[in-house]
Amino acid sequence: MSEEQIKNLEVQFEARIARDEKIEPKDWMPEKYRKTHIRQMSQHAHSEIVGMLPEGNWITRAPSLRRKVALLAKVQDEAGHGLYLYSACETLGISRDELYDQLHSGKAKYSSIFNYPTVTWADMGAVGWLVDGAAIINQVPLCNTSYGPYARAMVRVCKEESFHQRQGYEIMMKLANGAPEQKELAQDALNRWWWPSLMMLGPTDAESIHTEQSMKWKLKRKSNDDLRQQFIDQTVPQAELIGLTIPDPDLKWNEERQSYDFGEINWDEFWQVVKGHGPMNKERMKARVGAWEEGEWVRDAAMAHAEKKQARKQKQAI
Amino acid sequence: MSDKKNWPLWEIFVRSKNGLEHRHFGSLHAADAEMALENARDVYTRRNEGVSIWVVESKNITASNPEHNGEMFEPAQDKVYRHPTFYDLPDEVKHM
Repeated sequence: MSEEQIKNLEVQFEARIARDEKIEPKDWMPEKYRKTHIRQMSQHAHSEIVGMLPEGNWITRAPSLRRKVALLAKVQDEAGHGLYLYSACETLGISRDELYDQLHSGKAKYSSIFNYPTVTWADMGAVGWLVDGAAIINQVPLCNTSYGPYARAMVRVCKEESFHQRQGYEIMMKLANGAPEQKELAQDALNRWWWPSLMMLGPTDAESIHTEQSMKWKLKRKSNDDLRQQFIDQTVPQAELIGLTIPDPDLKWNEERQSYDFGEINWDEFWQVVKGHGPMNKERMKARVGAWEEGEWVRDAAMAHAEKKQARKQKQAI
Repeated sequence: MSDKKNWPLWEIFVRSKNGLEHRHFGSLHAADAEMALENARDVYTRRNEGVSIWVVESKNITASNPEHNGEMFEPAQDKVYRHPTFYDLPDEVKHM
């Protein structure tokens, strides 16, 4: 194809997206569109998979059967979300194996929030309430994104995600209304998860390199700063309702903006964690790669069994 | 067993309730059809989304090429006589 022909196709392609048409796997697409989508969707899938680890930590120690079944179901949902997203990503011509390789080799990123430790039961509450809360704010607009398989996966993810946030808030509420020690646990978890949750919505608009192109492709509908403001405005009253204090002395209602003003975010910490120096980066990758490698014999055995069964069936047919 | 044999890809179709058709839900990897069914149950019907599942190995699906959509689908465009509104009837005929 000549350069001019490609240019022409690109113009038509952008026009289709501007008309809100969906792009499907076999449609022509610019290489950059394909690459950007593989990057974002796989990052998203990896986050779901790694996101199971901090919570898996507490399944065996959940304080009641009610909490345990809920946590198990939530972690299982996350596995499911990872799988929806991986298969959506594979429609762009990358194999599952390559995607795993990128995660395991550190070439691909996952959400840096999962590089923080979950040290008390209250962290299960804070993760559900804040981390899933921030994730929902990020994800809802993606249900309308331009790439069909991604949009369809996100519709399912968002439908399932709301129970995650509610169960987290319920945990926090119960602790906040409990004994002083329990309330302290809840407050401590909020103190540790608040700022990382704000960072989770991404660097400030001035620093964000992908925003403009992503807006055009509907991979993004609102800027990081707008999403962060939305998250803060919706979360502060929820904290007040259960008697917890947001750990930000500069947090103040701004009558004029009808929004909360908030303090400076420690972006150095954010970039440190992104670059692999968070408290749990090494531990998470070790657990993930370990699970993959130790599962190899199971995958091989299943394949061998399937082949044997197939051969037996063919023999019987002769 | 070092030579890597990856689990093939399967397309999953789910009937959400009797009376409705099976609809494409997504795909997943599994060693064989039986495992694909079991995995599909766990991945796509955790909340009673289905009463029946079909699995088809993805390589067995032949798809039309969107680049040929012109010759494939355009011939139907000028055949308006296939639609009821093409036919002129007096207003007195209310329902037909």
